[in-house]
Amino acid sequence: MSTASPTTGTQKRSFTTAAAVYVNERTSVAGFIKELGRKAFPDHWSFLLGEVALFSFVVILISGTFLTFFFQASMAEVHYDGSYVPLKGVEMSVAMASTLDISFDIRGGLFVRQMHHWAALLFVAAIGLHMLRIYFTGAFRKPREFNWVIGFTLFILAMAEGFTGYSLPDDLLSGNGLRIIDGLIKGIPLVGTWISFLLFGGEFPGTQIVGRLYSLHIMLLPALVIAFIALHLVFVVVHKHTQYAGPGKTQQNAVGPPVLPVYAAKAGGFFFIIFGVIALIASLFTINPIWNYGPYDPSPVSAGTQPDWYIGFADGALRLIPPGWEFVWLDRTWSFNILVPLIAIGIFIVLVLLYPFIEAWITGDKREHHIADRPRNAPTRTAIGAAGVTFYAGLWAAASSDILATHFSLTMEGVIHALQAVVILGPFVAFFIAKRVCIALQKKDREIVLHGFESGRIVRLPGGEFIEVHEQLDEYDRWRLVSFETYEPLMIRPNARGKITVGQRFRASLSRWFFEDRIAPVTKGEIESGHGGHH
Amino acid sequence: MAQDDHSGAELTAADSSHAAHESDASPGTALIVQDAFANPGFPPHRPRVTDEDPKREKRAQRTVYTLFYLSALGSLWAVAAYMLFPMESNNVGDVRLNNLFIGLGATLALLALGIGIVHWGKAVMVDVELVDERHEVGGSPETQAAAAKVFADADRESGFTRRAVIRNSLIGALVVFPLPAVVLFRGFAPQDELPVPLLSHTMWRKGTRLALDPSGVAIKASDVTIGSAFHVIPEGLAELEHGKLEEKAKAAVLLMRLDPSELNQLPERESWSYDGIVAYSKICTHVGCPVALYEQHTHHLLCPCHQSQFDVANHCEVIFGPAKRPLPQLPIAIDDEGYLIAQSDFTEPVGPSFWERH
Repeated sequence: MSTASPTTGTQKRSFTTAAAVYVNERTSVAGFIKELGRKAFPDHWSFLLGEVALFSFVVILISGTFLTFFFQASMAEVHYDGSYVPLKGVEMSVAMASTLDISFDIRGGLFVRQMHHWAALLFVAAIGLHMLRIYFTGAFRKPREFNWVIGFTLFILAMAEGFTGYSLPDDLLSGNGLRIIDGLIKGIPLVGTWISFLLFGGEFPGTQIVGRLYSLHIMLLPALVIAFIALHLVFVVVHKHTQYAGPGKTQQNAVGPPVLPVYAAKAGGFFFIIFGVIALIASLFTINPIWNYGPYDPSPVSAGTQPDWYIGFADGALRLIPPGWEFVWLDRTWSFNILVPLIAIGIFIVLVLLYPFIEAWITGDKREHHIADRPRNAPTRTAIGAAGVTFYAGLWAAASSDILATHFSLTMEGVIHALQAVVILGPFVAFFIAKRVCIALQKKDREIVLHGFESGRIVRLPGGEFIEVHEQLDEYDRWRLVSFETYEPLMIRPNARGKITVGQRFRASLSRWFFEDRIAPVTKGEIESGHGGHH
Repeated sequence: MAQDDHSGAELTAADSSHAAHESDASPGTALIVQDAFANPGFPPHRPRVTDEDPKREKRAQRTVYTLFYLSALGSLWAVAAYMLFPMESNNVGDVRLNNLFIGLGATLALLALGIGIVHWGKAVMVDVELVDERHEVGGSPETQAAAAKVFADADRESGFTRRAVIRNSLIGALVVFPLPAVVLFRGFAPQDELPVPLLSHTMWRKGTRLALDPSGVAIKASDVTIGSAFHVIPEGLAELEHGKLEEKAKAAVLLMRLDPSELNQLPERESWSYDGIVAYSKICTHVGCPVALYEQHTHHLLCPCHQSQFDVANHCEVIFGPAKRPLPQLPIAIDDEGYLIAQSDFTEPVGPSFWERH
């Protein structure tokens, strides 16, 4: 860090040294600097996705704090008297009027508001992509299972932040979103009617909901997000970052530039780049033009209403239910047109949350894993991921079913039926294709290791035959292709009491499903025995 | 964290074997290949152009500080734009300019700063990779034993296990203590109201005139031509002091006139319409969006939120989409002056289904 040794600094000390000593003697910070300052931080573009999420959250905090100084979370009715002429005199809530004031009467206010909204969209998107990276590279394996759970909780908290924030301006679009939430909640058996009644402070829409969502949006939820992010990052330090397989990299080391200075420069610079990109989008592209929608009124609605992108999957799930899934039984209404989407999404969320534990149970692998897998080297996991992505994408597309129908001149019914097929059959197709592609890519890797790569050099043999010369990989490139592990299917064995339990059988069948088709990495022996005994 | 004593070790110190020093944790069903390739160790370091060519290094340095100057310029421009592009003219175009130029200034400031710092890190700072040794996350057996001893000591000294009565009564008290906080949530909604009766009634009464939304002007039957559709509220709703939106969320109605020959009415509801004029709740029976889109030639109503479709000619039964129940019909008639009036309130709760509905 600094040139002079702090304890022997009896001669002239620079101001920074003196300041560092002063602070350290009151905080013991030197221990942290020594511990963390030169940690090696593995480098890869895909490791930046989590940083995008973190940095866009910082932008959200900064821009959001500015907005709180102007926004008024009240549903008291006023007649708008701001600068936006078309709405002058229109009756609206104070929340809506203050949002219009931020947009039209405070210089730079619209810019900050749009940054806040764009950053929120980016935040959720970056978390989603970051989670896909973690999933497809198996970076959730021991010791990182809890961090997967924390990260996924953050994804859900981010969606909650998004929805509560989106509802605050009390405009027509967000009010219809709340109306849908109200209808959803009322469909929950036993408690739904009361939850809705309490949430809205009486009948929908009431005069409470904006203030309540505001408390959640700027206090409870951000506190939770910050706490979970802090926990998430502490675990990144405790576990050290994963790294991709490469020459010299092992399960026992972490290789990369030191935190100070290079990693700090790259990450710090990257923060400003993210901030800058959000600023660029916010200065060029309008988001959520509430002045076009007008204040909330339960009667009008515009065609083609869309939620923010990350709520789309839930809205789409509602749209895909066929007619008639509701009935009265025991003198009570059972709304399966609402329950089925809620339960399906609930199961999906629980499966994603628990996936690390499920896979660990199937493999029985209790070792720590710090080398990230290439997706192709875990074909079944990758195929499950592809199936999950297809399921989510089908639901998400369904939220735009009307827009799809009008843009491509299709029938509403046709779009819905096609998307029902995508959501139910699509995952199976995606699973099959992804698994086959993975295995094919693994075979290609084997082929390259065994027979080398095409050098592009064509040689004519004495007999007149033309061949392309294959060249062997060097040992570093070869290592990237052979340094992975495979698992074999679990053999059923009786336990200590000589019994084969149902759990054992289930685990064995899952294990077979996971690992029956597998490609092993090339071994030394295979290369030595005449290039795999192929010719 | 406390276990990393090897931070910053030199690159060459890396293990070359993939499986060396691995703990004795079970590999499960993983195949341990005896014949596997050995890790070749780190490849030779490749210097960057800025390491080898002093000119390129100089140029990289110039690029970095130029970007920083540009960034400062961008910040100053954003401040200038704040003053140069006022928006006090009630003109939307000025808002757009203010947004654009403050934004572009901030963008330049941020992007140039970020790219400059990253370029400094990548091209100018010393290009070195360090190797940290990893340790089992669980810590050494000694640490684990020490932690276990702390708990054992604490348990012995407190008697948490031994004094079962104290412990169990503590747990009991802890379970009960949040209950008052739960009860407080009843105050989230008015104490003197219950949800189900509120959901079961609307503002419509016998004799309430049908009025235009939002003006509140009463509608005469003679004004409703065949094929037309009106957005309707009860007369008096527009003048309500309190609870206007809550009443409107239940009482909003769509009024349509069809050729009576095309109208297929339920026998018990034949008296609910007037000369082909029918009135239905506008609130979707799915999750409550306004069913606002009327297609005149098919007599279909479409909810724009989840695409439920209702057939007006067939007492608004569902023909597509996730809704189950038909839109509730408002029985209407005309009064002496020819205005359309309600015969009564809706005969069933309007809007989304709820548990207690039957």
